[in-house]
Amino acid sequence: MNPVIKLENVSFAYNTNYILENINLNVEQNDFLGIIGPNGGGKTTLLKLIMGFIKPDKGKVEVFGKSSGKSNSRIGYVPQFNQTDKQFPIKAFDVVTMGLGHSKSFLPWNKKSDFGKVTEAMDFVSITDIADNTFGELSGGQQQRCLIARALVSNPGILILDEPTASVDSTVEVDIYKLLKKLNNDMTILLVSHDVGFISSYINKIACVNKEISVHGRDEISFDKISHEAYHGDFSMIQHKCNL
Amino acid sequence: MKELFSFFTDYSFIQNAIIAGLLSSIACGISGTFVVVKKISYLSGGIAHAIVGGLGIAYFLGINPLYGALAFSIVSALLIGTVKLKLKQNEDTLISALWAVGMSIGLIFAYLTPGYNVNLLSYLFGNILLVSSESIYLMLVLDIFISAIVIILYKQFIYVCFDEEYAYLRGIKVELIYILLLIMISLTIVVLVQSVGLVLVIALLTLPSSIARMFSNTIWKMILISIILIQIFTFAGFAFSFSTNLPSGASIILAAGLGYLLSFFIQSFLRRNTIK
Ligand SMILES: Nc1ncnc2c1ncn2[C@@H]1O[C@H](COP(=O)(O)OP(=O)(O)OP(=O)(O)O)[C@@H](O)[C@H]1O
Ligand SMILES: [Mg+2]
Repeated sequence: MNPVIKLENVSFAYNTNYILENINLNVEQNDFLGIIGPNGGGKTTLLKLIMGFIKPDKGKVEVFGKSSGKSNSRIGYVPQFNQTDKQFPIKAFDVVTMGLGHSKSFLPWNKKSDFGKVTEAMDFVSITDIADNTFGELSGGQQQRCLIARALVSNPGILILDEPTASVDSTVEVDIYKLLKKLNNDMTILLVSHDVGFISSYINKIACVNKEISVHGRDEISFDKISHEAYHGDFSMIQHKCNL
Repeated sequence: MKELFSFFTDYSFIQNAIIAGLLSSIACGISGTFVVVKKISYLSGGIAHAIVGGLGIAYFLGINPLYGALAFSIVSALLIGTVKLKLKQNEDTLISALWAVGMSIGLIFAYLTPGYNVNLLSYLFGNILLVSSESIYLMLVLDIFISAIVIILYKQFIYVCFDEEYAYLRGIKVELIYILLLIMISLTIVVLVQSVGLVLVIALLTLPSSIARMFSNTIWKMILISIILIQIFTFAGFAFSFSTNLPSGASIILAAGLGYLLSFFIQSFLRRNTIK
């Protein structure tokens, strides 16, 4: 089967220095790809290339067989930083509804079917009770859940999350990973995280990004060990492989 | 009562002023809401001042100043929009340049205009009592046009203002929507600068909507509250200016400024009284 995401010899520079160089990456259907790497290693940049926010200087990026940006309606995305304006007058419900928006979203009213989808997505991350609250007045973790619901509401084929658990409490963190595991049955997932030990039991591939990329499959690193010790074992092994 | 009625009908300029106040509140409330949530009041100020260049050239060429203002405002909106979107540059410097260059062009052409007797500075504060019937029709057309755009593109405007990146991901034409937004704001400024003056337009775009934001959790509520506040400030200022014989534009701005201050007290009062 063709890979869902395919990067071929991709290089990218914001200014004069390459941030990513000669990246080759294939993500298959239903992969759960963990992305790790040092700060400034280019993880977020890699995601932005996949979604076509920025275009590669060399090489090509394909998503669902089309060039980057063309299949974005089938991607759900949770950004690393919530940079939205705290004072913006918008309800949590409407933020989630944004995940269903498109270039022919005309008129202010929501479709009935959209109502159901949004309620379901909010229920999924347990925030139905704050649907009518102003988004900017929610706690960081509640906002984060809202953004996860926004990414899920369109039932995307690919889910891209950039450190989604940075501002949520640890019980929620476990919940979110369990939830992702469940979603992974019918979604391809890309997850940036610094908490390698934590995610290693969920992912089936790991990409270390530090200007260059190296991808390791499940066969290379034993992810199936359940004990906490084992996570740390994997962790140091991955650290070693990525020269962290 | 009868006297009051005949007062209004006899003085058609007062009638015009009231209608102008009502009509301008709609365009101003809608555009102002987006100026405030998108944080582009500096940009709007730039466009408003650049228009003076268009007015000056139009006087020099002896054509309707409206066309000059329109051309300048749309060119500045496109210029700023493209610089921001295409070059990913901070548009601040460009706005400052447009602001100063626009006004200078206006003053120079006004100076060169033979038999020049129009005071360009009257465009700074305007005079709502001198609004012509032609301007009123223009405002009506503007209101209909802007209301239609906002109703049709309501969601897309909000998405682009709230989170450009996600709007792009959802396939919304972010650049087109942003430029449409700027053009909508420019049109509001052009039509209202003619009647109520440049300073008043900027004040009415930002102050009432900033107050409205404190009490709104959706954009449409913010628009409605803005419109109502603009009407209150306009009539309060107007009544004050009429009874004291002071300039109307400045009085309206003072009313808006006072309202802005007052809103902070009201907000903290409300907060204290709703804590459970
Ligand atoms: N908009 C930008 N303009 C110029 N340089 C940028 C921009 N965004 C990122 N960079 C640079 O690109 C490099 C990679 O950034 P990126 O955000 O992809 O790192 P990251 O791996 O996501 O880091 P972190 O773990 O801190 O999130 C950094 O050196 C950063 O300085
Ligand atoms: Mg990052």
